[in-house]
Amino acid sequence: MSLHPTSEAPVTRAVLIGIALLFLGFFLLLPLLAVFSEALKMGLGPFLDAIHTPDALAAIRLTLVIAAIAVPLNVVFGLAASWAITKFQFPGKALLITLIDLPFSVSPVVSGLIFVLLFGANGLFGAWLAQHDLKIIFAVPGIVLATVFITFPFVARELIPLMMEQGKDDEEAAISLGASGWQTFWHVTLPNIRWGLLYGVLLCNARAMGEFGAVSVVSGHIRGETNTMPLHVEILYNEYDFVGAFAVASLLALLALVTLVAKTVLEWRFGLHAGARH
Amino acid sequence: MIHLRGITKRFGNYPALHGIDLDVAPGEFIALLGPSGSGKTTLLRIIAGLEFQDSGSVLLGGEDVSSTPVADRHVGFVFQHYALFRHMTVADNVAFGLSVRRGKARPSKAARHARAEELLRLVQLEGLGSRYPGQLSGGQRQRVALARALAIEPRLLLLDEPFGALDAKVRKDLRRWLRDLHKQMGLTSIFVTHDQEEALELADRVVVMNQGRIEQIGAPDAVYMNPETPFVSHFVGETNRIPGAGGEIHFRPHEITLAPDGAEAVLVDNVFRKGAVWRVEGLLQGGGQFVELDLTAQQAAPGLGETIRFNARRSRIFNADGDQKKGVQP
Repeated sequence: MSLHPTSEAPVTRAVLIGIALLFLGFFLLLPLLAVFSEALKMGLGPFLDAIHTPDALAAIRLTLVIAAIAVPLNVVFGLAASWAITKFQFPGKALLITLIDLPFSVSPVVSGLIFVLLFGANGLFGAWLAQHDLKIIFAVPGIVLATVFITFPFVARELIPLMMEQGKDDEEAAISLGASGWQTFWHVTLPNIRWGLLYGVLLCNARAMGEFGAVSVVSGHIRGETNTMPLHVEILYNEYDFVGAFAVASLLALLALVTLVAKTVLEWRFGLHAGARH
Repeated sequence: MIHLRGITKRFGNYPALHGIDLDVAPGEFIALLGPSGSGKTTLLRIIAGLEFQDSGSVLLGGEDVSSTPVADRHVGFVFQHYALFRHMTVADNVAFGLSVRRGKARPSKAARHARAEELLRLVQLEGLGSRYPGQLSGGQRQRVALARALAIEPRLLLLDEPFGALDAKVRKDLRRWLRDLHKQMGLTSIFVTHDQEEALELADRVVVMNQGRIEQIGAPDAVYMNPETPFVSHFVGETNRIPGAGGEIHFRPHEITLAPDGAEAVLVDNVFRKGAVWRVEGLLQGGGQFVELDLTAQQAAPGLGETIRFNARRSRIFNADGDQKKGVQP
């Protein structure tokens, strides 16, 4: 008889773990290894050459710029939205929560098309933009808009459940002790949500750099100008430049790994003492 | 010290408070007692300024603070679940109210530290200033929360279910300690509780609330001995309710005398020792109401299935409107 009434028989346990590991290996590990092995098939030299082309470097630069704009914007939007939703009562709150989820429920291609319909040459604001010589679609501003839209839910979705669970006692305690709104946010709310916020930022960043569908619609695929890394990968792949395609793809995969490691390290370094560190 | 006039509050369609009037004298220790949903916490939060009334006014120390936000009311508020800042040390928690002050009003770091130490000594947590809230027991956390509220030298101390989240033993110790602290400091204090024992033990005056209204205000003894409404009679202390001439007769389990020719008879269903007395439970003959009686334990306990007769030696009669018929004492 087992001493732990809730534990499974050893065989059941082994089978369950085996299935999980097999699934993980087949769907995650194998593709990841394939990306790197394809990229390095011809050796390190061609791999580095593929990355050092002006177009590839331009794509990397653009991707970093897009993420550098979209992520901070969504941190601010996400914080503001979760703060409003969890700390205040107002009409239309349920609608706001639904709207935050919209980017998750709409196909990214449709999201991209929305911006084309709004800002494209024949779009709602197209004529006005043309008059003032402003370019949004097939230019960097369009890619930023699409990325911000797609990655909007990540920070808010991470923070809303966390802040709901924490309630507003801490904030009320702070203001009852004479703290201003800003002091309360800075000294009380932010420390309480920092791990959730960090997690949201990591996810948001990974998606901002990796987004394909919506960006593809608004970018125009102009090499060296409006190609982000995922778009560049597709172009190289379609041109049968497999080493080049997988070399850039391996950089994106590396980003995913770095994100994962950063998250784990931060949790390990601070997470254990999350409740006991200033 | 505190004057509340005609306080009303609704949450959407739900009326939480219907015209509350309350006066509290300086140095008083007041309990707001009532079941959940009676509006006691809402009233406390309105006094604090964490919630605003729909109509009516709040006066603190002669000053109308009806629309003053909590930050400017100088009241100490202690939350039921402590609401300590978990990422700060105990000392930083206590000194928080001083460190968020601006300009000249902000004491130096050394002064803040000294004040925190002094308050921790007051709440008997000396030397625990460098710990984090997560490393303290529930009772210790509640005392840190109290020290933090006292740090801003409030003119009023408000406590929301201060012992609600603690186990029975700690609760009893902390209760006695809080009463001593109040005696020592003399700070006007109001606490919310649903526990009548807590209210009767601690408070100078008890405010019994029900469904957004004040049912009775009085000294613990008066509220227990002379409840003015059926609700108070039933909610504060144990009460038997049996039908009688002119309304419902209310009497406490101990307000009876056994008599062979007593007016009431009860079929004994259960008997157990309750401290110094026998608690007898059974159904009233005739009406079938469940009654509880306390008999002195000097005599033998009545047997199960036995019928005992008694008279209520002290009782209150409420008519159908809940009004008390004065002077009717069988």
